[in-house]
Amino acid sequence: MGERILMKGNEAIGEAAIRAGCRYFFGYPITPQNEIPEYLSRRLPEVGGVFLQAESEVAAINMVYGAAGAGARVMTSSSSPGISLKQEGLSYLAGAELPCVVVNIIRGGPGLGGIQPAQSDYFQATRGGGHGDYRTPVFGPASIQEMVELVMEAFEVADRYRNPVMVVGDGILGQMMEPVVLPDPKPLDSLPAKPWATTGNQGRPPNVINSLFLDANLCSRHNEHLQEKYREICRREVRYELVDPEGAEIYFVAYGTTSRVVRSVMNRAREEGIITGLIRPITLWPFPQEPFERVVERAKAFLCVEMSAGQMVEDVRLAVNGRRPVHFYGRTGGVVPSPAEIADALRKVLEGRDPGA
Amino acid sequence: MTHEILMAGFGGQGIMFMGTLLAHAGMMEDKEVTWMPSYGPEMRGGTANCSVVISHEPVASPLVSEPTALIVMNRPSLERFEGTLRPGGLLVVNTSLVDRRPERQDVRLLEVPANEMADRLGSLRVANMVVLGAFVQASRVVTLHSIKQALPEVLPQHRHGLIEVNVKALEAGAALASGGQ
Repeated sequence: MGERILMKGNEAIGEAAIRAGCRYFFGYPITPQNEIPEYLSRRLPEVGGVFLQAESEVAAINMVYGAAGAGARVMTSSSSPGISLKQEGLSYLAGAELPCVVVNIIRGGPGLGGIQPAQSDYFQATRGGGHGDYRTPVFGPASIQEMVELVMEAFEVADRYRNPVMVVGDGILGQMMEPVVLPDPKPLDSLPAKPWATTGNQGRPPNVINSLFLDANLCSRHNEHLQEKYREICRREVRYELVDPEGAEIYFVAYGTTSRVVRSVMNRAREEGIITGLIRPITLWPFPQEPFERVVERAKAFLCVEMSAGQMVEDVRLAVNGRRPVHFYGRTGGVVPSPAEIADALRKVLEGRDPGA
Repeated sequence: MTHEILMAGFGGQGIMFMGTLLAHAGMMEDKEVTWMPSYGPEMRGGTANCSVVISHEPVASPLVSEPTALIVMNRPSLERFEGTLRPGGLLVVNTSLVDRRPERQDVRLLEVPANEMADRLGSLRVANMVVLGAFVQASRVVTLHSIKQALPEVLPQHRHGLIEVNVKALEAGAALASGGQ
């Protein structure tokens, strides 16, 4: 562990990837994540890695497929429209059980949308945006320090389960600077062995990496294997933060940037004598059920705040399962909800009214 | 105490640099800091603003909607942000480029003819450092010493020749603020 340094979120993502042992990056430019490829284009050659700007997002994700198949730690990053283009490749990576890290610095949509911060790709990220029955773990950091730690952890989780892992942020997390302490780089010889990788078959039978199973029974068996893996991820990889002060009756649910704005609101509400709690999912999939069980008995209501029209709130409703009211407040299209707006939503919930009405 | 500082001007005035230096100085004083630029489809000569939060506690939102201190480097910034400053907050105005008096009566006003002062030091480009020196002296958010310490950390090596004039500008601003209070 070193000293605190001031770093931009996007650059911190690049440095964290290198420290996790990532030596290959394939991508295509798009705002507001361009500092990631910019940083890696400079840093990767310094550590003997390869940075390649592909001709398209589709090409980039398939280069990721190739590098992952050869056993490398590999990453790509993009923003919403670019991530949509990568979905076919993500489905293939999941089907072929290839580990990689995909960063989505989400911007307002749909379509080209805008370049301002949003969380409207939650459905796409947590439901597996491509075709087929697959899942990808999704990390949603709320600070640059957490971003660094989760990007490094994403490579571990990807290798552990042979599965793509997503890290989602937005333009605020990407563009802002905060002090970070960078963890020591992982020695490359300490990375997990990948005996399944296609590295040349001298002295062993050939390895095959494929997602094609024309025999329905074989394809079904493959799916059962994937589902067992996803169940294990649900058992072992759930992460969350629970802020549960004595006397809290209303619990906010928010992740990423929005959770930071919510904390400002909680601090100000406390000065007025209103105590609130916060459930902050760190893994968006698997979604944390546990903190809801811990507080649902004494909670009066939950208030989910997102930079979307209401996506994570569906998971909140599943977790609460009708036991308490679940309210929602969101802003869309790149508008960040202001502390005053969220405070107003909280006031409505406290008065038993619906903040969305 | 949490300081939420908004600084604004036009592109090229060194707004982002001013914020970076302030955030860096705060970090060197073991405080929690965030630095957030305005970003968007900007153009050369357009407006630029940047939010810096400095606190003894972990920073909640890095976005500053109601600043405790506001630094305006040109008139459009005063028009746009004057109303957002918290009552009792500190308003620093670059009078060289702002040709009207602020309307707010419930804030602490610090007027700095930054461009004239920078010009006298031989470089118009350090107007931002004159203002930053004055701001730091008046607000005590960080010490002037920390700002000076941060300069060689933030400036790239090939710009270290400019440290001297930047320090002079910081000191000139600080002297103005301590004399004028």
